[in-house]
This record gives sequence, C-alpha cells and structure tokens, in this order.
Amino acid sequence: MEKSVVFNNKLLPYLLLIPQLIITFVFFYWPASQAVWQSFLREDAFGLTSEFVGLENYTSLFAQPEYYASMLVTVVFSSLVAALSLSIALLFATQADKNLKAAGTYKTLMIWPYAVAPAVAGVLWIFMFHPSLGTLAKPLRWMNFDWNPLLNGNHAMALVVMAAVWKQISYNFLFFLAGLQSIPKSVLEASAIDGAGPLRRFWTITFPLLSPTTFFLLVVNVVYVFFDTFGIIDAVTGGGPAGATTTMVYKVFADGRLGGDLGGSAAQSVVLMVIVIGLTAIQFKYVERKVQY
Amino acid sequence: MVEHRPLSDIIAYAILTLGIFIVAFPVYLALIASTHDAATVVGGNMPLSPGSQTLENYYRAVFVGGSRTSREPVGHMLMNSFISAIGIAVGKIFISMLSAYAVVYFRFPFRKTAFWIIFVTLMLPVEVRIYPTYKVVADLKMLDTYAGLILPLIASATGTLLFRQFFMTIPEELLEASRIDGAGPFRFFWDTLLPLSVTTIAALFVIQFIYGWNQYLWPLLITTQDSMQTIVTGIKKMLYTTDELAEWQLAMATAILAMLPPVAVVVFMQRLFVRGLVETEK
Repeated sequence: MEKSVVFNNKLLPYLLLIPQLIITFVFFYWPASQAVWQSFLREDAFGLTSEFVGLENYTSLFAQPEYYASMLVTVVFSSLVAALSLSIALLFATQADKNLKAAGTYKTLMIWPYAVAPAVAGVLWIFMFHPSLGTLAKPLRWMNFDWNPLLNGNHAMALVVMAAVWKQISYNFLFFLAGLQSIPKSVLEASAIDGAGPLRRFWTITFPLLSPTTFFLLVVNVVYVFFDTFGIIDAVTGGGPAGATTTMVYKVFADGRLGGDLGGSAAQSVVLMVIVIGLTAIQFKYVERKVQY
Repeated sequence: MVEHRPLSDIIAYAILTLGIFIVAFPVYLALIASTHDAATVVGGNMPLSPGSQTLENYYRAVFVGGSRTSREPVGHMLMNSFISAIGIAVGKIFISMLSAYAVVYFRFPFRKTAFWIIFVTLMLPVEVRIYPTYKVVADLKMLDTYAGLILPLIASATGTLLFRQFFMTIPEELLEASRIDGAGPFRFFWDTLLPLSVTTIAALFVIQFIYGWNQYLWPLLITTQDSMQTIVTGIKKMLYTTDELAEWQLAMATAILAMLPPVAVVVFMQRLFVRGLVETEK
C-alpha cells in the first residue's frame, strides 16, 4: 500500500528524517555494534588496552556453570509468569465478558496496575512478604512455615513470580477481553441450541477462536519477562539469594557492573540479541497470520 | 447473551471482586503503611486501618528526604521524573512524526533503506545493549543530564510505525485537494495532517509517558548524583540500608507518589490508553 499522490521536494524528506536517523545511529547502531565488537575483545583490568581474542569470550561464557544456571532461572521464571498471568487473566476476562452491568467499572479497576513501574511493584511485594515486617508473612509464620525470601532461593523465586504476574494480569486481561468480545455471538448461540453447556462451549469454541490472541500474548509475555522484570528482580531480591533469581538480563547487568568483565558481558548481550531477534521474528510471522485471519 | 443464568452472574461478580481485591491489596497496604510511624510499620504488627502520621510522612518524604540516608527529597525526584517522562513522550512523537511524514508523503532515493534502518530498532530493547549505550552517553558527556535520560530511550521505531500506519489510512483526496489549493508540504502538514493526527498523538503520548516514567535500569545506571535521580530509582535506594534502619513508611509514601501520575493517566484517559496500547503492539 503506497500513496500515489506525493510531494516532489528533493531535499525536504532527508531533513525530516535526520533527527530520527541521528538518534538511531548514535544511541542504537553505534552501541549495538560496539557490543558485538567488544564480545571479541579482552580488556585489561584498567580498560587501557584490549586485544582481539576471537570467540574466547563465548567459549568461557558457555563454560560457566553460572550462565547455565541463569538460563534455567530465565526459563523457569518466564514459563511460570506467562502460564500464571495468562490463565488468571483469561479467567477474569471470561467473567467480565458475561454482559455484566458493572463490566466497565471492573475493567477500569482491573487495568490500572499496568501503569505501576516494575520496580515499584517489586517494592510493594517485598513489603507485603518481608520476613520480619510483612503483613502476609505473619500468617505463614503462624502455620509454622519458615518463609524467608531473603535466604531461600525458592521463596525468592516465588515472590518475584507473584510480583511479575500481579503486574502483567492487567495487560493480558485487556487483550483477552478484546479477543472475547470479537467472537461472534451467533456461533455461541448455535452451539447452545445444540445443547452444549458453558464449559463445553468455552473449550470447543471460545478457546480455539481465541488462540491468535493467546499466542500473541504468549510472545509479548516472554519478552516482558525477559526485559521489563529487571526492576522487579532488582527491587525484590537483587538477583539473589546465591543467584537464585539472576535471569540472563540481570546477569548482563551484574557482570558488567561488578568486575568490569565487559567482554563477557558483551558476549552475553550478543546471545540475548539473537534470542530477541528470534522472538521478534516469531511475533511478526504471527502478526501476518492474524491479518489474514 | 446466549442464555441467562443468575447463578453464573453471581459467580462472575464473585470472581471479579476477588480479582480486584488481589490487584488492589498490595497498593492498599502501601497506602496504610504510609500513614503510620516507623515503629508501627517495622514492628511487624501493622494494623490494616490508617494511622495518624499521614501528613508528617508525606511532608518529610516530599520536602525533607530520609534523615538517616540523607537522600534527596522526593519533590525533586518527582520533578526529574516529570521532565524525563514528558521529554521521552514529546521527543519520540516529534522525531517519529517527521520521519513517518517523509516516508509516506515523499519519494526519494533510499526511502526504503531509511525505513528499514529505523525499523530494525524494534528488535533490541535498551536492556540488551546497556553498557555500550552507557559508554556512548558517557563519551558524549551526557551522564547526569536530562538529555542522557531522554535521548537513548527515544531511539525506537514504535512511534514511526504507528504514524506511518495512520498516515496510510488518510484518503489521498485530501492531499490532492490541498495541492489544488496551492498548499506545499508545510501547509499540508500543519493544516491537514496535524489536526487529523490529534488522537493518535494523544494515544502515543499516554503510552510513552508511562513508559518513560517507569524506566528503572537506564536512570539507575547513568545518574550518579542524587539530584538527578528519578522517583522510581529513588525508592530502592531508600531501602538499601539494612532492614532495621530502612524507613519503610517513607519508602511507601514515595511508592504511592511514584504510582499516582501514571495510574491517573490510565484511569482518566482510559480510552486513549487502550488505543495506544493496542496500536503500538501491532
């Protein structure tokens, strides 16, 4: 789809493009290529000299047990957050889709956590579940449950998952509700006439018709868990205890900050870039399918 | 509706009310904590009803800052957050509207190339290239400046794609008509395109304001002076001391203040927000 009527100026379009192109080159292409270049270099401790070491940063990265641990943490974290936030949001969205009188109010009351910063969400949840002063840690103690997310890795993971899910429900709810409302009511009516109950209608009609939305949300949620949850993790656990909540993105940050292992950190960045490009490619392929659908 | 069952409605109301309770409870607790004194909050037996220290807590957070940590008062952080969030929103709208105008309404060599150069930025969020970007900003002497907080975050294609998509839907007859009236590219932009784009601009502004306000990793990295930090990065620093010393009631008051502007935007501009969210994700 192209415009057939256009302006003929020769210079003006370049002037219009210049601001964005300059910003894109300075703050995107330059640093991104630096990351790739740096991943092949080794700097001395003071950053004065650097030498080309080929794939050494990559081989030493993949020899680190901690790197595989951070991959595992990322996989566990993203699957838990995606599965929980999608299913909870779907449950709420199906209820809100029932033509209730107060549906609009419920929608407003459900979507505002989207606006809460991940780091702030993290602070809210650590306050609620803080082992010594948390309001909800108290009942856990009464049940003789030794709750301590500051020392126990599984507890820490549970806490960041809860905070991340809490923040993501609103987004998924919004898209599920829109998806549900676009399903033609006549299909559901026809199936009701055939005698299908609400549950059967949901699994045989609503859920399959909703699958494009679900798949889109799945990709968006994984990207969200990869990047936007940095603030949650930093506020709640700081990647600890003992790396139990250090995701791959958090490790890039922690390695570069602590030791100035810039080559290793850059190699991790490049690995992440490849993953993100893959995810984005899946997303675009899917979006095309949605257009035909 | 397919069929009407009163029981199903009751279940729906029950589940949704439970949902709203789950969604609201963490914020309610923070709100309550911000009204009590330090001892009550830290003691671990905080009541679930408001206390009497509201004014003192908010006054101290906004104008004085935590005494033990000698941090910057929150009032100043709020200002930093406003400046960078509005800068990010306005900056992104400005550069992306111009470039989308060039790509849609002009024909020139390398037009497709320019579009792809911008498009590729969708693939890599700033978190992935964080240290090289930090180095660039440091080399440009932009650490601890508003330019450093704003510019790297507007280098992305979402706005350009959104405006391009919108310009494509504008009927060609409008351009033909204004050209017959003798309008050049500037007049057409000001008199026709800009007024038509108001809703799209507003929707993008809402989304980008929230995005900019909620930034965490980037401001954390490039602000070394307390006077430049944003409110979202400031909260964590209030809790950075050992747990017994951390002034949770002030941190919670700060958290409430940090949530207010973006939440207000979502609640009061819900239609624009939903529109912006749906359209930037395509």
